[in-house]
Amino acid sequence: MQYLLLIYGNEPQWDKFSETERQAISNEYTEFTKSIAQSGHLRGGNELKAISTATTVRMRDKKRLVTDGPFAETKEQLGGYYLVEAKDLDEAIALAARIPSARWGSIEVRPINPHDMP
Amino acid sequence: MDIENIYREESGRILATLIRLLGSFDLAEELLQEAFAVALEQWPTQGVPANPRAWLISTAHHKGVDLLRRRTRFDARREELQKLAELEQELAEADQNMRRHDLTTDDPFGDDRLRLIFTCCHPALVLEAQVALTLRTLCGLNTEQIARAFLVPVPTMAQRLVGAKNKIRDARIPYQVPPQHELAERLEAVMLVVYLVFNEGYNASSGDTLIRQELCAEAIRMGRVLCELLPRQQEARSLLALMLLHDSRRSARISESGEIILLEEQNLGSMRWSCACNHRPWSN
Repeated sequence: MQYLLLIYGNEPQWDKFSETERQAISNEYTEFTKSIAQSGHLRGGNELKAISTATTVRMRDKKRLVTDGPFAETKEQLGGYYLVEAKDLDEAIALAARIPSARWGSIEVRPINPHDMP
Repeated sequence: MDIENIYREESGRILATLIRLLGSFDLAEELLQEAFAVALEQWPTQGVPANPRAWLISTAHHKGVDLLRRRTRFDARREELQKLAELEQELAEADQNMRRHDLTTDDPFGDDRLRLIFTCCHPALVLEAQVALTLRTLCGLNTEQIARAFLVPVPTMAQRLVGAKNKIRDARIPYQVPPQHELAERLEAVMLVVYLVFNEGYNASSGDTLIRQELCAEAIRMGRVLCELLPRQQEARSLLALMLLHDSRRSARISESGEIILLEEQNLGSMRWSCACNHRPWSN
């Protein structure tokens, strides 16, 4: 079964990390990604650009509404994700706990509801 | 033992095994009810079988295979056919197992309650749902009784239970005892649920007092089961000891007119020490 691991963090806090700290975290991410690829869990994943680059689209009464945002008012913002294959929720939780950002942010574990892709 | 007692004492353990065999909470519950319905019909005339639990599990198991056979005839999806084949295989083994055992003393199925406890008290479920599901599955309380005990409307409680069972299925919360390195952390969650059940009964300030008294008894029963299943866990014993100690003061705490009696005014002679001493859930 597939799970999406959504990585939430606090961007201002991220900006406070020193350059060396950021490099160390980035190395940790590389290591983690490699290890879950080797163990056969990894199906995909990426870091997202800052929330200031986000755009929201809505269709209302057949009119397209495009706005900046969502604004980073909430404490934590979606900063990246992994798509993993795990045998059950406990295995997915164990993978989520190893994501570096879990130590200061939080990881949302969501089971995928599979649909056939054309 | 009459059927009602057997239901209260054994339904948790039977359900635990059925969930393992069938892989579904709902199907297991449905078949548990059906097996008891057959028992109600047969036992009064044919007598209670030597091992009622094994008989009930076996009856539910047979009914489960019948049900899946009927279902797959119409809707033959690959996974369902595979599940059916597995079940039939297991059923054949279980039947053989039953014949090999002396049903008056042996247990052909083993005890699956520990996995059920860990699934019901999984931290991915909200605490209220953990408590409700534990009482429903392990203690055999029905939805009305649980709703009454927690002073919420029956539909609210029913929704809570359905939500929890759906999450177990959809997010695939596993049906297993956690590995050793997670056991301590997960056991803490289980003990919290047991203690909450006890507290709900102990602090009964309103509601149906009889039902709430029962919650204390259920919590102590689960405490015993934990000690029995995990004899090396000191904390489980401590929890049981704490509950037994509090429970021994039960009759001294409330006057005949139902008022709370403060500790210094309680008649310590009426403490029910026998309750704490007579039961040793662990063997040395």
